[in-house]
Amino acid sequence: MHVEEDSLHGVLGRIGRPVADHRPWPRYTTTPDGWRALLDTLAGNRWTLVGLWGEPGAVHVALREDLSGDLGVVSLDCPDGRFPSVGAVRPAAIRPERVIRDLFGLVPEGAPDGRPWLDHGVWGVRAPLAAAPVPAAAPPLPEPYPVLPVEGEGLHQIPVGPVHAGIIEPGHFRFTANGETVVRLEERLGYVHKGIEGLMRGRTVADAARLAARLSGDSTVAGSLAYARAVEAALEVTPPPRAVWLRALMAELERIANHLGDIGAICNDAAFAFMLAEMGRLREAVLSTADACFGHRLMMDRIVPGGVAVDIAPDGPARVLELAAELRRRFPPLVRIYDDKASLQDRTVGTGTVSVGLANRFGAGGHVGRASGRGGDARRSPSYPPYDDLEFEVPVLTEGDVNARVWIRIREVEQSLGLLEQIVRRMPGVPRDVAGTTPLPLVPVTADRAGEGMALVEAFRGEMLVWVRVGADGTVDRCHLRDASWFQWPLLEAAIEGNIVADFPLCNKSFNCSYSGHDL
Amino acid sequence: MLKHILKALTEGPVTMPGPAPSPAALEELGQRVAGAARVRLGRSLAIREVDAGSCNGCELEIHAINNPVYDLERFGIRFVASPRHADVLLVTGPVTKNMAEALRRTLDATPDPKWVVACGDCAVSGGVFAGSYACVGPVEAVVPVDLRIPGCPPRPEDLLSALLALLEVADASP
Ligand code: SF4
Repeated sequence: MHVEEDSLHGVLGRIGRPVADHRPWPRYTTTPDGWRALLDTLAGNRWTLVGLWGEPGAVHVALREDLSGDLGVVSLDCPDGRFPSVGAVRPAAIRPERVIRDLFGLVPEGAPDGRPWLDHGVWGVRAPLAAAPVPAAAPPLPEPYPVLPVEGEGLHQIPVGPVHAGIIEPGHFRFTANGETVVRLEERLGYVHKGIEGLMRGRTVADAARLAARLSGDSTVAGSLAYARAVEAALEVTPPPRAVWLRALMAELERIANHLGDIGAICNDAAFAFMLAEMGRLREAVLSTADACFGHRLMMDRIVPGGVAVDIAPDGPARVLELAAELRRRFPPLVRIYDDKASLQDRTVGTGTVSVGLANRFGAGGHVGRASGRGGDARRSPSYPPYDDLEFEVPVLTEGDVNARVWIRIREVEQSLGLLEQIVRRMPGVPRDVAGTTPLPLVPVTADRAGEGMALVEAFRGEMLVWVRVGADGTVDRCHLRDASWFQWPLLEAAIEGNIVADFPLCNKSFNCSYSGHDL
Repeated sequence: MLKHILKALTEGPVTMPGPAPSPAALEELGQRVAGAARVRLGRSLAIREVDAGSCNGCELEIHAINNPVYDLERFGIRFVASPRHADVLLVTGPVTKNMAEALRRTLDATPDPKWVVACGDCAVSGGVFAGSYACVGPVEAVVPVDLRIPGCPPRPEDLLSALLALLEVADASP
């Protein structure tokens, strides 16, 4: 069976049958032949892989046709525990497939890399999320992991991690260097695998929200928002308009705080500590405003399915406007200093370059994608309220180096300041009920029906996907959370090639991929 | 840039006044320290942070106590790159099974006398991740713990006052 290049839904409609109760984009089930036909199509076209995940006895792949913005999910039952590998035609699928094998025991046939990924051999169980997990020995020491062989004269290896020198998350990096120059970097992740998707199973949708909020602490707002939107799509719940605007306010505060922190940290890794201190002050101003407005510096657990758990403090809107004004005053002079410092530019320009082609191949989003020519932003496409009603630009550059990623973040801070101002000015007012009290912008999420929902949300790092199936008893049957880091981590391996070892911290910080968000 | 530095000089300090050592932490430490022979560390502490499975929220606030507003270093407490230079391990996360061995080895690499601080609800009790097939649970299930700082994540003031309490106790030990 061969499928001509065609529209996404044209192809999916031909190879599969639509599933009822999957919202807002369609999901199709297909046969092994249909799946293979899809792989043929994927080998030759440019649809973006936006997610690939498993559940007991089945795999799902989410795809987007970037030009039209169309999205769809294709599912394949795997009664014999195998499925034809997507990684064989799309390198971005290789790690997700290794996870499907680690967690569900489903084997990707013809996969280019058969090594485990999240499973380090110490869980005391294999395929922990499969229908029948396999008990295993729990040795105190992790299994030896075969790093890829590198051969050549004068090459040496530098192992780094999992415990690093700074206050950062754990992961292992294996550098192969020729003198100072990195010939290859191989990442090994999974150290902070907490079993989030396993913990979510069987919990009420409200309970599971606390786990989604802790997928990656720096993206807690985005994680909660993506999860809430997926649940709301599954159960056809519409959150109150005020909640929708408050959510966006929190999301933009989170974006600004993270970009400020990262700009400072990137400069610090180029030995310009002044910027770390100055950006640290600005970041602190954002976090204390968030605290004063929503009662938590990171705004954790403030967004819940159905709306928001707290309304903004009465003086919150004024504080946000003050913050925006303060940042508009204090941020631009620092940007000028960044731009003027030749010693800084010397480190960031031309360092850690990701080509446009590679960014496209992996479907990278966020500042990593946008610094390398990919203009995607979930706030734009597929978009979600209130962003369809707000004015902002999505900055795009093509240089793909550390400097470009810094500039994307600078421009995004500026855009988000504009969004804060628009949101505060246009947010629906506080409703009062007959008794004169102000009810929370929250609607009940009734648990008398089942459904499947999916959401894409723009976190500061890029697009985050959440897919959820809610059972008729109101508990989570399966939830998959895909952080933007999944399609950025592999590019870091490419970005460092040909650079010197000493520039790795700089490259790494300019990406700032999430370990926790990736390791689940 | 010069203009900026001059302005910073005339604006006065941005740093908040230092909080008092946390009474709760002092009490917890006092109990642990009674009878234990600790070498006097002097009025300085070197901390090695170990993320043993955190969501990275705790790390954000640990970073924050190093910013100019909280400025941990003015108290003589600083973060170091190697456990071999550390007096204190500040551990976050519900200790994932994949990190347990690395945590044990980091503790082994830390010279005596040493202190272990469990930072955040996850490190104190396992937090929302307790009961997972992939987590061991609280830090004390893997290495002995001297001080617990609850919170999800702990606020910077709470981190500061707990670490100040540790400094007091470490300083007063025989
Ligand atoms: S205590 Fe909270 S912030 Fe800290 S690691 Fe655990 S979930 Fe994250």
